[in-house]
Amino acid sequence: MSKRKAAYASKLKRAIHILFFKRHAKPGVKGWELRKALGSDYPKVLKILDDYLKNLDLEVKTVFEEERKIEKPSLEQLDRARHYIALRGNLVPKEAKMMGWRIDDFAGLAITIAYITSKKGKASRDEVEALLREKLPGWKVGLNIERYIRYGYLTQDESGQMYLDWRTRAEVDQKALIDMLLSAETKA
Amino acid sequence: MQSKKAQEKLGREKLRRIIETCRSVEERSLDPFLIDIGANLGTVKEHFPEWMIPEDLCLDAETLHSLASVVKLQSEWVKHRSTSLYTDPFLLEDKLKKMEKGEIARTFLKSWHPLIEWEQISLHSMAEAIRYWNTLVPLEDRWKETPPEQVDIGSMTREELVHQRILRDKSFSEELEIFWQELKKTVAGKGEKGKIRYWDFIGADTYKETVNRAFLTSFLVTYGYATLEIHPLEEETFLVPYEKPVAKTGMKQLVSVPISVSAADWQKWKRGELE
Repeated sequence: MSKRKAAYASKLKRAIHILFFKRHAKPGVKGWELRKALGSDYPKVLKILDDYLKNLDLEVKTVFEEERKIEKPSLEQLDRARHYIALRGNLVPKEAKMMGWRIDDFAGLAITIAYITSKKGKASRDEVEALLREKLPGWKVGLNIERYIRYGYLTQDESGQMYLDWRTRAEVDQKALIDMLLSAETKA
Repeated sequence: MQSKKAQEKLGREKLRRIIETCRSVEERSLDPFLIDIGANLGTVKEHFPEWMIPEDLCLDAETLHSLASVVKLQSEWVKHRSTSLYTDPFLLEDKLKKMEKGEIARTFLKSWHPLIEWEQISLHSMAEAIRYWNTLVPLEDRWKETPPEQVDIGSMTREELVHQRILRDKSFSEELEIFWQELKKTVAGKGEKGKIRYWDFIGADTYKETVNRAFLTSFLVTYGYATLEIHPLEEETFLVPYEKPVAKTGMKQLVSVPISVSAADWQKWKRGELE
């Protein structure tokens, strides 16, 4: 193994340690932390790691501060972004249920995220609760919203306005979700 | 023609209305294009020459600021509509209402890529745990039973027991007998027609003593040494001592008569206000 290859193999291991194991209250690490641990060529290490993880149906996900996908990010933008390991593909309902979530919980989350997205990323809790009550039992609505907030999917300000939080930005492809919901065949 | 003052008043009202409308658009996320910026700016411009005092000029500035915020919202609205994420919320809401929840969940799973994270103990929490463990007192020390305090056996005199109110000075029946005699004597001296007002008998110099006398009186009545004569219309209660104790059991159904002996009543009695 060449010296260069060996150096990258070592950096790859280090990147796996940093990215997989939770170091803060939230998962993932900031780009500048990776730069500090792996050197300034960390974007290349992440690219190699991403290729490697493809076979395992995992990926290195980068969520930018700008809250939108950037095609050719600068090093500065990458430094400020948060990098995670996420599932590349999708879970089937059976697998998802094994994570302790019921179909109701997923449906509630989908409704909430889609509705808030369509309202330009902000909707009042009352509106969200009213919409959820169409599908979920009343007693479950408040509990579920609190759960989504606890997990980091949603956040709420003191005036009762709800926003999408960091986990939604990291885990949910909002555009795909809305497109699929709008194109879904519904019963007349 | 309107007077200058009326004109100014109208102008202020118009500006306040503009501010209110802008605020409601901002707070309720309404369509910012509902506000006609051009027409509102015209109103602001029209009334501007009338403003002379600082308060009016501040109102004018606030109106402009509110309109500027709406223009900002309009710009964001246009930007959002031009992005790929724009969806008509009503259309989406309608679609969501019509869809089965299982279908919504399945759709969500197709767009969901959960994060992978492993929980593990950090160096910091490990250090915290060691610190805690080192300062933790062993179980046998924490659960040690406190032995009962050892006291030497001693003796007490009757006077000491009376002083500590463990024993009474006289036996209760003895005390009751003496109290009955006192009632009879008082009725003979101060009473009328063989009876005395309840408060005139139980009332004493201190409230504590009054309560004690009321307590003993209740036993006099219960045990048949005396009886109560109650005149409900006059709200008067009299005590009538018997010459000999009367056995009340079996005569007729006994009734309880609650009589309040409050500190306020006692003070009234002392002042001679209690009838």
